[in-house]
Amino acid sequence: MNQQKENFFQVCDLTKIYKMGEVEVHALRGVNMELYAGELVVLLGPSGSGKSTLLNIMGGLDTATGGFVSYRGKDLTRATEKELTDYRRFYVGFVFQFYNLISSLTARENVSVVTEIAEKPMAPEAALELVGLSDRLNHFPAQLSGGEQQRVAIARAISKKPAVLLCDEPTGALDSKTGIVVLEALERINRELGTATAIITHNVDIAGMADRVIHLSNGKIAEVTINKVKKSASDLVW
Amino acid sequence: MKALHRKLWRELWQMKGQVFAITLVVLSGVATFIMFISVMHSLDFTRSKFYRDYNFADVFVNLKRAPESLKDRLKKINGVNQLETRVCAQAKLDIKGFNESVTGKIISIPDEGSPLLNRLYIRKGRLPDPSRDDEVVINETFAQAHGLKPSDQFAAVINGKWKKLTITGIALSPEFVLLMKAGAMSPDFKRYGALWMTREAISKAYDMDGAFNDVVLTLYPGAKLSDVVRDLDNILGKYGGFGAYGRKDQMSHRLLSEEFRQLKTSSKIFPTIFICVAAFLLNVIMSRTISTQREQIATLKAFGYRNIDVAFHYANMVVLMIAVGVLCGIAAGIWLGNLLGGIYMETYRFPFFIYKLHPGVVISAVLISVASALAGTVHSFWKASQQPPAEAMRPEAPAKYRISFIEKTGIGRWLSQPTRIIIRNVERKPVRTFLSIIGIATACATMISSGFFKDSIDYMVDIHFILSQKEDMTLTFIEPTSYRAIYELKQTQGINDGESFRVVPVKLNFGHRSYKTVINGIEPDSRLSLLLDKNLKTIPVPSSGILLTDYLGKILGVKAGDMLTVEALEGSKAVRQVPVVALAKQYLGVMGYMDLKALNRLMNEGEAISGAYLVTDEKYREKLFRSFVEMPRVSEIVIRKNEIRNVYDVMAKGMLFFTFIATIMACSIAFGVVYNSARISLSERSRELSSLRVLGYTRGEIAYILLGELALITLIAIPLGFVVGYWLCAYIANSLASDLFRVPMIIEMSTYAQAAAVVIFSALVSGLIVRYKLNHLDLVEVLKTRE
Repeated sequence: MNQQKENFFQVCDLTKIYKMGEVEVHALRGVNMELYAGELVVLLGPSGSGKSTLLNIMGGLDTATGGFVSYRGKDLTRATEKELTDYRRFYVGFVFQFYNLISSLTARENVSVVTEIAEKPMAPEAALELVGLSDRLNHFPAQLSGGEQQRVAIARAISKKPAVLLCDEPTGALDSKTGIVVLEALERINRELGTATAIITHNVDIAGMADRVIHLSNGKIAEVTINKVKKSASDLVW
Repeated sequence: MKALHRKLWRELWQMKGQVFAITLVVLSGVATFIMFISVMHSLDFTRSKFYRDYNFADVFVNLKRAPESLKDRLKKINGVNQLETRVCAQAKLDIKGFNESVTGKIISIPDEGSPLLNRLYIRKGRLPDPSRDDEVVINETFAQAHGLKPSDQFAAVINGKWKKLTITGIALSPEFVLLMKAGAMSPDFKRYGALWMTREAISKAYDMDGAFNDVVLTLYPGAKLSDVVRDLDNILGKYGGFGAYGRKDQMSHRLLSEEFRQLKTSSKIFPTIFICVAAFLLNVIMSRTISTQREQIATLKAFGYRNIDVAFHYANMVVLMIAVGVLCGIAAGIWLGNLLGGIYMETYRFPFFIYKLHPGVVISAVLISVASALAGTVHSFWKASQQPPAEAMRPEAPAKYRISFIEKTGIGRWLSQPTRIIIRNVERKPVRTFLSIIGIATACATMISSGFFKDSIDYMVDIHFILSQKEDMTLTFIEPTSYRAIYELKQTQGINDGESFRVVPVKLNFGHRSYKTVINGIEPDSRLSLLLDKNLKTIPVPSSGILLTDYLGKILGVKAGDMLTVEALEGSKAVRQVPVVALAKQYLGVMGYMDLKALNRLMNEGEAISGAYLVTDEKYREKLFRSFVEMPRVSEIVIRKNEIRNVYDVMAKGMLFFTFIATIMACSIAFGVVYNSARISLSERSRELSSLRVLGYTRGEIAYILLGELALITLIAIPLGFVVGYWLCAYIANSLASDLFRVPMIIEMSTYAQAAAVVIFSALVSGLIVRYKLNHLDLVEVLKTRE
């Protein structure tokens, strides 16, 4: 079903070895995958399976030991520091487990941080509207709940209209009810803006909302499943 | 506790950059403290020992001439212990190869043996042979300035007769630890020397056989100086006594005491600045360390560590942080103390320099440093130990921020998000920001205070030697001379202009206050000797009445319009009431000025003059100079150009040392404060900054947020530093003011600029180090950890 869609990411034989003192940790042992335009992929795996490493390399935050990752044909593993910065600046949106908001800026300003440096971004208010936070524009992080902070983080990530949204355990720090609100926001963005989205989680229940589920185990892709029937985020339970 | 010790050492190692910055500041503070105080103690000790061992007199008096038989009467004065009469004189010296005016002060020594009082320390050679009348001992600075050694010869015009003298020895005397002419701006080792000759030789030359013109004496313990002075003056009055004075008014002693006062002021100001800055830095570092370690503290407490253990652990950390600085500071202080002692020894001549470091000074340095370090951090310990474990284990809530004041003014609309981050951060921690600003401002002020000395000396030279004195040569006659002399001089080839002056030693009385000085009588409408007011406008010399140096007005408590009692100490010894007409701004010495004719009238004398100010033709200057040297009636020739050059020669070395020290101090403060602020901000905000990096911000853009804050603080601090610097200089100037000199409050633009440049440079260096760290931010790692 994805054959006619553009292939955003091509990951080929990706390996990553960390040196932790004298011990070598094989975080990725030859991963091959792709991510297509507009699709929502869940990367599922226990901790230590290599999913964060994979996402970090795809996001231009980390370098690979072997193999390559290309974004729309551009090889990220051989990109310069400046090219990676530009790549992050214009094409990728990040959502982190711990939100990583700037505590001295309000919700609107936290989004502006990105819109100010992006090309043709949406208005910060519009991005916050998409995540249902129109009434919290002038609140500082200290005045927002965890779920709200994460939705500001999502608004910030999508405000530049990125081609791809990379989310690392976006609900990891949240209870299930707030977690679902956050996932609904991600689902809505994927659907309405067509942003390719990769969500990392160790929560099997979230896999139900994905187009494809990539199971990682021990640095390798163990299995790829395609959800014939996608669940709506609001129907998820855990 | 062993594990905690290990934690301590590892954490100190992790914080090495900051520990280094603190070490620099503590080191500078302890070093300056030890340096100033130890040099002061050493000089004081050396001086006391020299005075004691070489029997320095307590009371001094010059007179015109008295028979030697008077000695017994003087000895019987109540309170007088040892007494010695002497013959002193002034002579023009003619040193081969040195075509400038040199004045020698000749002092008699007994024909046999060493003087009883003010004994000589013979560095080289021997005392003069009593059977010869052409042998002299000269003082060390003078010998060194001209490269003279025993058996060398030079000529002197003694009582009008040209005479060749042979040096037999090089000596030091407690009387001339610093040899400086009264009223001079700085000592002049080349042009002013002390010569010792046997009493017989000098008496013969000056027709003082069986007579004396100088008395020195010591007092019994408990004797009252003022009583002895009164008795001496009563007896010597009719022999032309110029008034007896105690040690505290003796030139060399006086100058040394002034130097001690200066050292004392410096030893208070500079170490205090450093200790405060160090305490502030430690406060910032410790509160940060403790807040990042709240979970660790909670865990320790959960395991059963007591509050006191936790507090002790951090107190240990603070003490260790300053330990290296204190130890190195003591070592550096001793080293600098010896260095500064050496510099002093070039000007202040003692036979020996005994470096004294009282253990009490070291102990105070350690205690003051440790106490202020702990005082600066006590709040953080207390907070750390008071936290209940469960609460501390929860992550800290996000910091609370507000819309900043600046944005509320409406400027906010034009600010980018990074700029907003900077401003809100600065406003959120007002105390820390304020203290950082004060810290950097202090560095700037320290720099200004070092440049200030040069500026004020430049200004003093400008006013004294250029604006108010227009002559290029000053002649002084041996005795007051008829006014006709000026006409003769003016007709001499090569002299373009000339004016006469009359100098009379006097005692000025107003109410219960009195002061001994001179009155300078100058020609009305003088072109060569100008009196200036505060705005550097010329004040005309009044045809009657007296004009005083402003500082003398302060000493006597008089203002324009008051009546002053003038008591002449020479000639007629007239006592007159004279109205004070005005006060003149002067930085060097204090004296009174009168119209020449009015002064002559006051003295009940005809048209007498003491000397002349001359403007000479460059071409004839050399020839004129030679002819004046040979003129018996001329006792002294001063060439203004040489005087100016000497001021700089003498001061250059000391000034260089202080500028060097001040620059190092300023750099270490500026670096310490800026680097620490940057490091703390980096550790507090590395998470935010790497988030921004992940969001696509470049290294330069995030560096702007962190370093922009520092730049802002530095830029605010510099003008404040100018103000603090001005204030500091005013304080220094005020505390140094004495009747010898007043330091003018002049700070040149270039000094401000230099201070700003040093601060900016130090800030840039620390900024670059932090920028380097920013470039190596591990994006992935920082995002994973929670704090």
